[in-house]
Amino acid sequence: MEISGKTAQAGTLESGDILITITLGEEDKGIEIELESPSQAVYGQQIYNTITGTLNDLGVRTAYVKAQDRGALDCTISARVEAAALRALKK
Amino acid sequence: MNLNTIGREVPGSIEGIGTLRPFEGAFKRIPDGVMKAPKIPCVERGGDKILPSLKDALKEAGLRDGMTLSFHHHLRNGDYVVSMVLDLIAEMGFRDMTIAPTALFPVHKSIIRHIESGVVKAIQGSVNGPIGRLASNGGLEIPVLLRSHGGRARAIEAGDLSVDIAFIAAPSCDKYGNINGVGGSSSCGSLGYCMADAMYADKVIAITDNLVPYPLYPVSIPQIYVDYIVQVDQIGDPSGIVSGTLKITRDPLRLLIAEHAARVIEASGLLEEGFSFQTGAGGISLAVAGYVKDMMKDKKIKGSFGSGGITGFFVQMLEEGMFDALLDVQSFDMDAVRSLRENQGHVEMSASYYANPHNKGCAVNQLDAVILGATQVDTKFNVNVNTESDGVLLHGIGGHMDTAAGAKLTIITTPLLRGRLPMIVDDVITVTSPGETIDVVVTERGIAVNPMRHELAERMKASRLPVVPIEKLRDEAYRISGKPENPKFTDRIIGVVEYRDGTVIDVVRQVISVS
Amino acid sequence: MVRRLRRTALYIPGNDPSMILNSGIFGADSIVLDLEDAVSINEKDSSRILVRNALQNVDFGASEVVVRINALSTPFGKQDIEAIVCPRLDAIRLPKCEYADDIMELEKILDRVEEEKGLKKGSVSIMPLIESAMGSYNAVQIAKASRRNSAVNFGGEDYTADMGAQRTREGAELLDIRMRILLAARIAGIDALDTVFGNLNDEEGLLEETKLIKQLGFDGKSIIHPRQIRLIHDVFTPSEKEINKARRIIEAIEEAEKRKSGVVALDGRMIDAPVVAKARRVLAFAEAVGLV
Repeated sequence: MEISGKTAQAGTLESGDILITITLGEEDKGIEIELESPSQAVYGQQIYNTITGTLNDLGVRTAYVKAQDRGALDCTISARVEAAALRALKK
Repeated sequence: MNLNTIGREVPGSIEGIGTLRPFEGAFKRIPDGVMKAPKIPCVERGGDKILPSLKDALKEAGLRDGMTLSFHHHLRNGDYVVSMVLDLIAEMGFRDMTIAPTALFPVHKSIIRHIESGVVKAIQGSVNGPIGRLASNGGLEIPVLLRSHGGRARAIEAGDLSVDIAFIAAPSCDKYGNINGVGGSSSCGSLGYCMADAMYADKVIAITDNLVPYPLYPVSIPQIYVDYIVQVDQIGDPSGIVSGTLKITRDPLRLLIAEHAARVIEASGLLEEGFSFQTGAGGISLAVAGYVKDMMKDKKIKGSFGSGGITGFFVQMLEEGMFDALLDVQSFDMDAVRSLRENQGHVEMSASYYANPHNKGCAVNQLDAVILGATQVDTKFNVNVNTESDGVLLHGIGGHMDTAAGAKLTIITTPLLRGRLPMIVDDVITVTSPGETIDVVVTERGIAVNPMRHELAERMKASRLPVVPIEKLRDEAYRISGKPENPKFTDRIIGVVEYRDGTVIDVVRQVISVS
Repeated sequence: MVRRLRRTALYIPGNDPSMILNSGIFGADSIVLDLEDAVSINEKDSSRILVRNALQNVDFGASEVVVRINALSTPFGKQDIEAIVCPRLDAIRLPKCEYADDIMELEKILDRVEEEKGLKKGSVSIMPLIESAMGSYNAVQIAKASRRNSAVNFGGEDYTADMGAQRTREGAELLDIRMRILLAARIAGIDALDTVFGNLNDEEGLLEETKLIKQLGFDGKSIIHPRQIRLIHDVFTPSEKEINKARRIIEAIEEAEKRKSGVVALDGRMIDAPVVAKARRVLAFAEAVGLV
């Protein structure tokens, strides 16, 4: 999958949702995540894993992800990351 | 470190607080000794108690470094008095005060400045968000000592909390110190929480923006307790003192929880002539009250009393003849203030009358049912209302442990999840109310009954309520959200949760990282 | 087999994770995750993924799980199907059905997608949504177009717009389409579902409308808010009196069969085939609700 360097968003700031802003990087610098979450102390690691795992499944190796969480479940986080990544890849 | 009877570590003593007595069961401690008595006062004949300024009053009261000052929260988020007093004390150059507020609100965030500069050294009583967060991050040298409304009144009467100067925010006051909360532009209704302060503090300063001719009536706090009176432009911002009409939630999930809670009350067999009832002012609580009201109408029964913080909703029930009386320790809205002023059945009560376990009888002991909230409940039915899931101390106790202990039926209503966070967990981070005082936990995904209340569970099953073991609720929450990790703490204690009888039920530790 | 109840079909916006998560707790007979009208054109992609993930992870309780996809004439409809077909999906609600061909097209796609995903053929049923003059005219053909069809329903707003009619509380403008939907459902041997009642605060209006559609023969109704569930279920649940009467009718007919008697009477009135059919319907409903 080619890396486009584009930024895209998916999700919302409503309760139970998460707003993902993703910027695809140019070089293989890995995935960097900036997380803001009310569940950070108890689910922080789990959220990192979900975001990284979803991007890996999509073949995205280099990205900067800003995740503004409002208490989303893993299946929601994964959906928003996928939607944002696909939008970015399409640009 | 000793373990108390619910398995929480309690140190033998803490510097700045003293010896700690571990919790031994909700009804185990038999108090001994005598109650505290204030100094015998004497005033000159005639005249008045009005001083030109707050500064004069502080001087007359003998303000010194390291004193204990008490405040009350009837002006809620409109209160000017706490900041007015502490700002002046800072300006006068005094330090190391212990403050004993009945509760704190966002408007009191200036306290943070006074903590950082050393004017305030310790807090006994209550915290709120920003100040609790400061404590959780280790910002206070001496741990916060958290007390319930009943426990605070007990501590004052027993001399555990010895108040040097009590500050009374007085919506109406005459020149000789008779005070009530039902008149003036800052009227707030009941003054229940500060009555023990007025009776037991060495010095009592009334601060008022509404000086009325002598004698003021009705009297909530009588002249016999008040030393000095100070007149100011405003003691509070009326828009922050009382709320508008509180609204019943429209969220279908919360309505479902409320409906379940009401059906639990019905199934319990307590909903009979003379029923007595307390709820908070939150959306779910009001909705429960709404359903219970309908049930009372259907069954054509009349309640004896509603109690606690009083809302317009309870006032309406009183006015419709569905309760004989309201026992009011704080009046939440304009309707409650008006009703307290006009209706003989609407009775002001002190925090001690309301909830002190060590007097000759408090009102919570007469309660049939109470609806309470939680920030966490565990599979032992222990309830946490102080710390959030991330371990940060964000809330005071209020009347939680008092009403839970007193009422025949204590119902906790909570969504199974808040955002992603499970509300039913293996172990609560902080125990506020012990499981032995909690009867039922109601969520949108099922109702758990304390196994100690076997007969109640049978009644509820017979009423076709969705009763499940509490472990099943926890499993369901973990299945949806994943098992939560434990937040990380240092060893340092930053808060002590005192049970209403003066024993220590739990301690709160400093968090390692706070976002 | 216990009859599947479809008294209430609760619409849930497909782009709202909180509402999706909690949709199963209110006891609606069906949950309709909506990718069509509830989702703006810019969020079609993200809500499709959200709903796909939810179908694999969220517990919808005992409810039948339905997704309203976008019409096959839009750029989204086919992608919706590819994404959402999975073991937990019970049915697809297909909007803007006008011809039998619309259903056959969906059937063909489902045949293929089910096979690709290793699902049993026919595991996902179709619920045609009729919301135009043409759809109404072709209702019978649409309802009969596929053996996958399980319930036919209609959308009052779009339909009245197409007809040039006004929506009223009393609903005289819906008389014709209601009868056509019922007719089509009965000819095809599937359920008939009524349109939504939009005014959440008008409980009395909802009660009247629900009584009316039950009287006409509908099996249930689409709804937009959980608080409409209780009232509708109450209307559709047979009373104890109705159940007892139905029981006695069935007992009488069984007794008569034993005696090989051709004519059956109960309380002095003749029981003929339609009376028996109605009684069986009442008992099937009562069984499904758990009353017998």
